[in-house]
Amino acid sequence: MTVNAIGAYEFPPLDLEANFHGNRLLYLGWDRHLMFCSPFALLVDPAMGFAELCEQVLRPAMAAHPDTAKVDFSASVWLLNDQPWSPDFAASLDANGLRHKDMLRLQTPGLNGLGNSAS
Amino acid sequence: MTANKKKLGLKDKYRYLTRDLDWEPSYQDKKAIFPHEDFEGIKITDWDKWEDPFRLTMDAYWKYQAEKEKKLYAILDAFAQNNGQQTISDARYVNALKLFLGGISPCEYQAFQGFARVGRQFSGAGARVACQMQAIDELRHVQTQVHAMSHYNKHFNGLHDFAHMHDRVWFLSVPKSFFDDARTAGPFEFLTAISFSFEYVLTNLLFVPFMSGAAYNGDMATVTFGFSAQSDEARHMTLGLEVIKFMLEQHEDNVPIIQGWIDKWFWRGNRLLTLVGMMMDYMLPNKVMSWAEAWEVYFEQAGGALFKDLERYGIRAPKYVEQSTIGKEHVSHQAWATFYQYSQATNFHTWMPNEEEMDWLSAKYPNTFDQYYRERFTFWREQQEKGERFYNNTLPQLCQVCQIPTIFTEPDDATQLSHRSHVHEGERYHFCSDGCCDIFKNQPQKYVQAWLPVHQIYQGNCGGADIESVVRDYYNINIGEDNFEYLGSPEHQRWLQWKGLNPAVAPLPKAS
Ligand SMILES: [Fe+2]
Ligand SMILES: [Fe+2]
Ligand SMILES: [Zn+2]
Repeated sequence: MTVNAIGAYEFPPLDLEANFHGNRLLYLGWDRHLMFCSPFALLVDPAMGFAELCEQVLRPAMAAHPDTAKVDFSASVWLLNDQPWSPDFAASLDANGLRHKDMLRLQTPGLNGLGNSAS
Repeated sequence: MTANKKKLGLKDKYRYLTRDLDWEPSYQDKKAIFPHEDFEGIKITDWDKWEDPFRLTMDAYWKYQAEKEKKLYAILDAFAQNNGQQTISDARYVNALKLFLGGISPCEYQAFQGFARVGRQFSGAGARVACQMQAIDELRHVQTQVHAMSHYNKHFNGLHDFAHMHDRVWFLSVPKSFFDDARTAGPFEFLTAISFSFEYVLTNLLFVPFMSGAAYNGDMATVTFGFSAQSDEARHMTLGLEVIKFMLEQHEDNVPIIQGWIDKWFWRGNRLLTLVGMMMDYMLPNKVMSWAEAWEVYFEQAGGALFKDLERYGIRAPKYVEQSTIGKEHVSHQAWATFYQYSQATNFHTWMPNEEEMDWLSAKYPNTFDQYYRERFTFWREQQEKGERFYNNTLPQLCQVCQIPTIFTEPDDATQLSHRSHVHEGERYHFCSDGCCDIFKNQPQKYVQAWLPVHQIYQGNCGGADIESVVRDYYNINIGEDNFEYLGSPEHQRWLQWKGLNPAVAPLPKAS
């Protein structure tokens, strides 16, 4: 079913990649760390390296959590759009196949949030 | 016109002033006059079967409303003259009013616009008059609410630009998009959304919490507004039920269409009311009841009976209703945690519950609070005591449909977000739940255009190279006055002064 309307109802999506001036949206959720209320919405340069994303973007974004200092990104489990995935840390986000509005989930076995409450 | 000396009986007067104002067109096609009546697929075979839910004529309406409002304004004046703002329970309470004024009052105006349109579009005169009458009610509501709150604007921060904020501020896109969605639908869906799903099924969950909250917290201005709106709401609820029964009785083909709308608008309403739940559980210094209790009384019991009654038309309870039964024990905590961490971008203050309030939450939420939320809130309080009050420095992922950050957890696992995603024509979209994902899949063309505040900021459409300038210049939130933590805020300090306490006790926690 599409939109019931009084006339033609065709519009381009508002969040096409072309509207982000060369950048892309990337979402990152950290499993069992619900202290961060939702996945982060990040604006990233597709040429950025994955290692750089981890250390320059993610670690500062997660810094307020006491588990963050113990996170080893290279030993973590990753899901890309809910599918098992392993990043190439030396390659760019684009070369890693990360597309506009993709969603990464970071799983850090052994780290279960504040007092093991998944917070 | 010849003057009629004889005084008309109520029934005649009603007929003359409503249905008798209608006429059969002679030189225009009826379909051309009412072009919006057919495209949704709802079949109306006989508009005369419409039962007018309230037999009220315009002259009686004006007289009655004028009397009500005279009383209301007298009380508002007295409240101002007696410095009523100083005798409320606590200054934290006013933050609930800021949420109401930015989130709800502009929706009253949207309701006015919606009913004014629908009141033009039906070919049945009875339905037109009922909708026009409600349009005027809604316009009065926004006006009286603004008047009731204007006194608070003189003494508290964050109330200075509610209409501008409604159109721009990230979390206010939640109520705004709800009404935008309803108003851009056809007239029958609009009535199912607003008159039935919202006014009839859910309105008590909006008004009772705010109005009893006002009463429990010494806010006579808002209580009086609530009383003055109550008789209107009773009429609106009657209209909501009449609309649904009328459509269902007109044609059996209407049933599946209406069921789809009920599913959609129940879920949208349930998500929207998350904000009210958070207000009840966290923002009222004197609590009325918990959100879970309110949901049980006003939705599960009342709504249960209603959907039982509608079974004979082939209507079942809304899809995912069982998820709301689980969610009622979680959503207020999840929402408050969200606003607490993004308080740098809100026009109201947030704070952590004190020990006594935490115990109240444990008692009211024995299955969830201690297990999932207490640890988090205790940690934040400790951080705050160390001078490291937690703010989230990133922007959140938003649901494409309800526009709330994707903060909700799985119905069967409260340690996992109930995030969903779906690819439509090569673009990926994200949702907070199955309910919102379904709404998108039914009408993707409508939601691909959603104006998501986070994405708009990133596209550079909200000014500002950084979040602080977006908040300051685009939202018109006064940094350091309207936003951030309550403790130590200028508002908190002013309140302590009024109460003769030492305002120097709490330094402003730093924004990380
Ligand atoms: Fe209203
Ligand atoms: Fe209403
Ligand atoms: Zn949603």
